[in-house]
Amino acid sequence: MADEMKIGAYICKGCGIGDRLDAGQLASTATRDGKAAICQQHDFLCNEEGVKMIQADIDNEGVNRVVIAACSRRAKTEAFAFDNVTMHRANLREGVIWVRPDSDDQQETTQEMADDYVRMACAEAKYSKVPETSGQQGVNKNILIVGGGVGGMTAAIEASKAGYPCSIVEKTAALGGAVAQLHKVIPTKAPFADPQDAGVDELAAAIEADDNITVYLNSTTTNIAGAPGRFAADISAESGATQTKEFGAIVQASGFIPYDANKLPEFAYGKNKDVVTQLELEALAKAANGGAIKRPSDGKEVTSVVFVQCAGQRSKKEGHLEHCSGYCCSASIKQAMYFKDQNADVDTTIMYTDLRTPGAGGENFYRSGQKKGVTFTKSVVNEVVDGANPTVKFKDLILNEEAEVEVDLVVLATGMIPNSGQETRADLAVEDAEDKAEAKSSGEEQVIRVEVESILNLDYRQGKDVPHMANGFADSHFICFPYETQRTGIYTAGPTRRPMDAKQAMDDAMGAAMRAIGEAENAGLGKAAHPRSGDLSFPSFRKEGCTQCKRCTVECPFGAINEDEEGYPVYNESRCRRCGTCMGACPVRVISFENYSVDTVGQQLKAVDIPEEFDEKPRIMVLACENDAYPALDMAAQNKLEYSAFARVIPVRCLGSISLSWITDSLNSGFDGIMLMGCPSGDDYQCHFVKGSGTAQERMSKVGDTLETLSLEKERVATYEISITDIHKVPKLINDMADTIEQIGMSPFKF
Amino acid sequence: MAKHEYSYYPGCSSQKGASGSNLQRSVDTMCEELDVKLNQIPDWNCCSASIGYGGGGVLPRMTLSARNIALSEQHHPDQEIVATCAACWLATKEAQERFEDDPSMMAEANQALAEAGLEFKNKKKIRHMVEVLIEDIGYDQIGSGVKRPLEGLKVAGYVGCQTNRPFGIDGESFENPMYLDKLVDTLGGESIKTYEKKVQCCGGALAFSEPVKSQEMIHGIIESAYDNGADVIATPCPLCQANVEIYQDEINAKYGTKFDMPVVYYSQLISVAYGRDAKDSSLDGQIIKAKKLEKIAGK
Amino acid sequence: MSTNTGTVEKYRNNFLKEVEANVEEGDWVKMCMQCGVCAGSCPLGKHWAHPPQEIFMMIRAGKREEVLTSDSMWMCTSCYNCIVRCPRELPITHIMHGLANYAKRLGLAPKAQPTAWFSQVFWDNMMKKGRVNELKLGLSLYFKDGIVSGIKESIKHQKLGMNMMKAKRMSPMELFGGHGVKSAGDLQKIIKKAQEIENARLESYGK
Ligand code: SF4
Ligand code: SF4
Ligand code: SF4
Ligand code: SF4
Ligand code: SF4
Ligand code: SF4
Repeated sequence: MADEMKIGAYICKGCGIGDRLDAGQLASTATRDGKAAICQQHDFLCNEEGVKMIQADIDNEGVNRVVIAACSRRAKTEAFAFDNVTMHRANLREGVIWVRPDSDDQQETTQEMADDYVRMACAEAKYSKVPETSGQQGVNKNILIVGGGVGGMTAAIEASKAGYPCSIVEKTAALGGAVAQLHKVIPTKAPFADPQDAGVDELAAAIEADDNITVYLNSTTTNIAGAPGRFAADISAESGATQTKEFGAIVQASGFIPYDANKLPEFAYGKNKDVVTQLELEALAKAANGGAIKRPSDGKEVTSVVFVQCAGQRSKKEGHLEHCSGYCCSASIKQAMYFKDQNADVDTTIMYTDLRTPGAGGENFYRSGQKKGVTFTKSVVNEVVDGANPTVKFKDLILNEEAEVEVDLVVLATGMIPNSGQETRADLAVEDAEDKAEAKSSGEEQVIRVEVESILNLDYRQGKDVPHMANGFADSHFICFPYETQRTGIYTAGPTRRPMDAKQAMDDAMGAAMRAIGEAENAGLGKAAHPRSGDLSFPSFRKEGCTQCKRCTVECPFGAINEDEEGYPVYNESRCRRCGTCMGACPVRVISFENYSVDTVGQQLKAVDIPEEFDEKPRIMVLACENDAYPALDMAAQNKLEYSAFARVIPVRCLGSISLSWITDSLNSGFDGIMLMGCPSGDDYQCHFVKGSGTAQERMSKVGDTLETLSLEKERVATYEISITDIHKVPKLINDMADTIEQIGMSPFKF
Repeated sequence: MAKHEYSYYPGCSSQKGASGSNLQRSVDTMCEELDVKLNQIPDWNCCSASIGYGGGGVLPRMTLSARNIALSEQHHPDQEIVATCAACWLATKEAQERFEDDPSMMAEANQALAEAGLEFKNKKKIRHMVEVLIEDIGYDQIGSGVKRPLEGLKVAGYVGCQTNRPFGIDGESFENPMYLDKLVDTLGGESIKTYEKKVQCCGGALAFSEPVKSQEMIHGIIESAYDNGADVIATPCPLCQANVEIYQDEINAKYGTKFDMPVVYYSQLISVAYGRDAKDSSLDGQIIKAKKLEKIAGK
Repeated sequence: MSTNTGTVEKYRNNFLKEVEANVEEGDWVKMCMQCGVCAGSCPLGKHWAHPPQEIFMMIRAGKREEVLTSDSMWMCTSCYNCIVRCPRELPITHIMHGLANYAKRLGLAPKAQPTAWFSQVFWDNMMKKGRVNELKLGLSLYFKDGIVSGIKESIKHQKLGMNMMKAKRMSPMELFGGHGVKSAGDLQKIIKKAQEIENARLESYGK
């Protein structure tokens, strides 16, 4: 990087900017206030000539901080892509002229707006550095696949096809997982009418024949350390032997655990041998091998069978699963066909409350079942009574009456529990520690959370597995990408991620494998993953100032930071998504990125010119998340929706990155209002960094105290949840804040 | 030679002295004006409508229609079959489709027809008179012949059931078909787009067997026409026309209403708009006189 | 018929199979997905003891007696609302007609059901001459409960009749002959043959 900082400011007069604003004045603002060494104006900056002009200054004049005063930072990014310089945009088009009316009496405030944005961009330039990779990692093309079911096998085959060597770690003695236990599977091809072969043997044979795929049977991962690009996994065999291998990325396809039907005594499970689960029926069907299915108790050929749907599922009852496993309706249809296809005279009744057959061919399969004479009875099964033949007692919901039927066999459609390992939320880890401490001091017996065995055994500060979402499924980042988890470089696929059938799990695995490959490459180059893909910056901390408070390690949504023995944070660059939540968390402000820091924003807000109190020109600081709120503001501008000329907008990486010091600094330097705009948080979050906006909301609850000590009205600082579609809402919120300030009056802190 | 020629299936209610005879007379007038020639299928028989099922099983009922199709094939080999009665059209078209889907049923019907030396091939299209108007002639063409626009006449277009479902006319929606309104507008009248009983069932044949239950529905059909300011209800269906018109006295007695709402056919509207007098337009066939329409016809 | 008196086990498929074999469009019954749209579409819905959705469920539940003796199917006005709305495209109207016909054939249809009675009269009236004689049909309707109540009914509807005659839409001449198919005998032969074919098929069920 060049030793001397040199700012080049370029003012565009295109897109109407030249007509609306005094470009000459902007240029003198850039040189006088912004300390730009070079400042040039251009009629059409993003055309070839304009770009060449900038490049020439970089090449010949040593410009290494480029300030472009033109359109939004989201526009023309390809034209303005220069190497080895930092880039700063003063948003004069979407941020000024498009949101202000073109009239003489507004001219003054509009120009002030533009001047401020030029000052702010120059201030940011002054405090930014050109990011360089840390060199922590190199490219490692090996992909670790945890789980050898159809999902894991598919991931391996796909990754290998793409040229990436894979290792499958499978806990049992054979590949195939749950699907290997099935007689047949739900059809995946038109006309979706009949059960089809699972194809497990073909998959296993393909794996066997592939030199690029290594299989570890009877093995588990007992420790995984490192980060994308440099994962070090201990693979331990049942015998105890352990070997450590390096991987670039991980696919977790650990499948599901069948629900324990012993929790359903009301259905006589465990008492009557002829009450079986779907999985147990598969074994009976396999044994029959196309002949008549015989029931377990006495080997009699089954002539009548009832399927009890949602057994222990979709229910809030103690011990039941709350979710719908999604595959068991189709599975019952398939199993009823085992009987019907062999002998159409067998009575097969599926007792359901809602029949759910998702997928492209789901409805076709349902119809095919009906055509084959499977009877669908909308009903709630209350009880299965033990006897020589089990008797099913149910309420027929269509005929609204209690009824019962005696049959040869009852099949319970019990669901899937995700095999996703331990609950690993950081806050739980902290709570656990607190609980333990408390229990110790009070001498009470400790309440211990039921320990589930870990799948991955990650050596992460925040826990051993990927964080769980609803009902224990390890899905996470729905806003970004389905396979994404809160652990960069680890992708879940199949029923670990959400309930699904075999076909869906295989499709899922392909997607996850492709993501894993992409991240292995990405991490090798030191680039950030989604949503700041390609970003080369990474957080670092000043050890001298750090108080070992652990806030950064706890609040990082991606578990990127470990702790060393002394309690200092240890950053794992390629686990990091560059959200800045750690930076916002640090009470002593020692965390920073080369191109994003407490200063790059803090100096911008200080660069804003604050008029005297009696000028009646308030100033509103808007800190807007770059993922949703800032684009929404841009789109409002495209729609020519106006907002107050007193607003000054600064994009931030995430609401979670906001340092409280920015707020106190703004108030102290005389801003009249402060608006924080982030993505919706909570269960239905839309934060691109999962927890950033939620964390920020919590922190902001403390701002009230600051306002109180300054004797300022609490209305002056407000937090908003903005979605990218809130195009009409954002300008209105700004105008509302301007109105509020008019009512409560100007801030007294103007010097 | 007439511009359009069809093999015509009039149906029982359109016979002389029957409940729908005024439909027949106005259709004759309308066809004269539009240069349409209807060749009656010689010796046609009843289709058993949609009520014969109590006495006749599927095959006998379908065979009734098969005979009509056979006669049409024999006498009018190159003409499509056209019906004016909703039930006739529906029964014949339904039979035609069923025979097409079920060759063994068709063979059985032919076996029965053979008793009288008949046979059918089932290749004919079965159409409703309204389809002829819309598809073969077209709104523009119809509009261009209007001599006496139905100015100021507010018409509640009552499509009913069987002209509308299950086949529909001109691909229009089952819940809100627009063709009758469009036709009224084409004739210079004022269609009531807000008439919400447009496709309400009148009870059909059950108006005879379940008069109380049916008249409750008919009451609604008429009430809504009043609520929407209608001068007249217009319909394409002879059973609808009869049911909605003739029970108004009985409904008034039961509900204490003063209904006196004329119910006419689209063919009567066209006849009047084309300048024909009240008699040619069979307005004398009304039990409840369509006074406003008569006035236009008398101009 | 073999199954005429046979008992049917509940929630087994015997009756469904019987319906599939013997009732018009009966093989569609199993395709109903119990959404209830048809039940909500019937114009006389509130008078049905069991709307079509329920009838289909009852068939699947083996409730033979309840279904065939029900007067529900006889409430169908043939409006075709259900058919155009059913997401599974069941020919519901025809199944109702078919069930009604089948119940009547087995002698299980409710005795004093007016539509059951009327549809038979209609059929007989039509079969005489090949076309419907509206006057005779109407009169037989009024006299269905015997001569005394018939005269009462006639007087009640006298005005209606007079109105119709005035409008030339009812002819007293119909009483003495009236319209008809010229070759009515041929028609009768044809339909008799069709009936024979159908009866033979039905009688062979279960044998
Ligand atoms: S698009 Fe941007 S850089 Fe290009 S002329 Fe417009 S404002 Fe200038
Ligand atoms: S898929 Fe069907 S059986 Fe399984 S939980 Fe969902 S609704 Fe119940
Ligand atoms: S920037 Fe975000 S992901 Fe990276 S270490 Fe900080 S909090 Fe974690
Ligand atoms: S938040 Fe700041 S002070 Fe606390 S551990 Fe992290 S770097 Fe150190
Ligand atoms: S056709 Fe019959 S069953 Fe269907 S909605 Fe109309 S009345 Fe009901
Ligand atoms: S509308 Fe069709 S699918 Fe729905 S309940 Fe009625 S018959 Fe069954």
